[in-house]
Amino acid sequence: MPSLGADMEAGTLVEWRVKPGDSVKRGDIVALVETEKGVIEVEIFEEGIVETLLVKPGAKLPVGTPLATIRDEAQIAQPAAVIAEKPAEATGKASAPPAPPVERAPVSPAPSKRPHISPLARRRAEELGVDIAAVEGTGGNGSITIADIDRAASKAVQPKSPATAAERQAGLRKAIAAAMARSKREIPHYYLGAEIDLSRALAWLAAENLKRPVTNRLLYSALLIRAVALAIHDVPEMNGFWIDGAFKPGQGVHVGVAVSLRQGGLVAPALHDADKKSLDELMRDMLDLVNRARAGGLRSSEMSDPTITVTNLGEQGVETVFGVIYPPQVALVGFGRIAERPWASQGTISARPVISASLAADHRVSDGHRGGRFLAAIDRLLQEPEKL
Amino acid sequence: MTEAEIKAVVLRVLGAIAPEADLAALDPRISLRDQLDVDSVDFLNFIIGLHKELGVDIPDADVPKLATISGCVAYLASRVNKQR
Repeated sequence: MPSLGADMEAGTLVEWRVKPGDSVKRGDIVALVETEKGVIEVEIFEEGIVETLLVKPGAKLPVGTPLATIRDEAQIAQPAAVIAEKPAEATGKASAPPAPPVERAPVSPAPSKRPHISPLARRRAEELGVDIAAVEGTGGNGSITIADIDRAASKAVQPKSPATAAERQAGLRKAIAAAMARSKREIPHYYLGAEIDLSRALAWLAAENLKRPVTNRLLYSALLIRAVALAIHDVPEMNGFWIDGAFKPGQGVHVGVAVSLRQGGLVAPALHDADKKSLDELMRDMLDLVNRARAGGLRSSEMSDPTITVTNLGEQGVETVFGVIYPPQVALVGFGRIAERPWASQGTISARPVISASLAADHRVSDGHRGGRFLAAIDRLLQEPEKL
Repeated sequence: MTEAEIKAVVLRVLGAIAPEADLAALDPRISLRDQLDVDSVDFLNFIIGLHKELGVDIPDADVPKLATISGCVAYLASRVNKQR
């Protein structure tokens, strides 16, 4: 059971998307898991052939429980990659050594222990993800029939009564509470704010959008995320995790985009490699990410990978955000609303659209001086929107 | 297309974006963003949805005309019926 964020303790397997014998490669969706944050598509991080599905749909399991075993091309059974650690942060754990060759490898098992089962029933068992060893046969000689398999499968599914909206809501609240309490307890936050003149960025955006068809339009929040992602190149200590008493830089810039959910609560899934994407790619992926966050269908890596969070509360009329860092991340950038303000520049005052940017950062990793440089870099980048 | 047909499309697209909303209770003359809990992503999805359902291009300069249900119906009626 993968950890899909610091606040997750357990998850419920909803559905397998693979069956024994299927080849899988890195990034394939192998299962659906229900968490407080909705149903998440679980990706696999290994390549090989699915050998055994160890868990049946409906089971609620603590993080770290093996869900399946996969066999690599060399026919060695491994406790599955599906156990999934937090790939970006758990550098130590992530490379759990593969188990030594186990009897589970397709060497012929002792004939006496082999359950009597017809090929048809065996195929059915594979399709339904039923572990034959756990099925009691009711056929002649105690052999396992198709009906036995179906019965076992339906029993396995029974415990899964889908959480009601209220239960899910309560669970989400609890998960947010756990993460935020941990943040406030452990992270020595410092806060910095800066007013940023957005006149150039918004003028460029408006001109750009006039040229674009509906399906290709840009939102200003894409510019903000892009500027934050690029500013990390100047101040990389904002990007990563505080784990086991030390800062671990993020592998890549995966911006967690805070998305409020319609039924309440929020998630902040990762926009992967936000510094490497063009603005168009970033916009397209952001729209897709927000839509999936709200409709369901986030992927496990999106839940576990964010290396920094961006939250934009300006549309709610908020002036300034005082952010709470999502552990084990070490920084959060908040944006307030864009307001027209008198702005003095080169001896004259004019009205400009201004946004308040704030940084909440972890004092164990960085100081106000570096935080200030980070905000200054975001400002500088937003003054040259055509380069974003 | 009649205005009633266009209004039905507008409400359908809106319903997909804000499923929790009581669409019948919306005041057609008041800004959608003042009546619904929708943000800029939702609103962009709304415009994209109208574009896809009705097959009309909606230049960015015209988007402010779509702020209310009445505005949507009037604007889209002129666009749809001009095209045909």
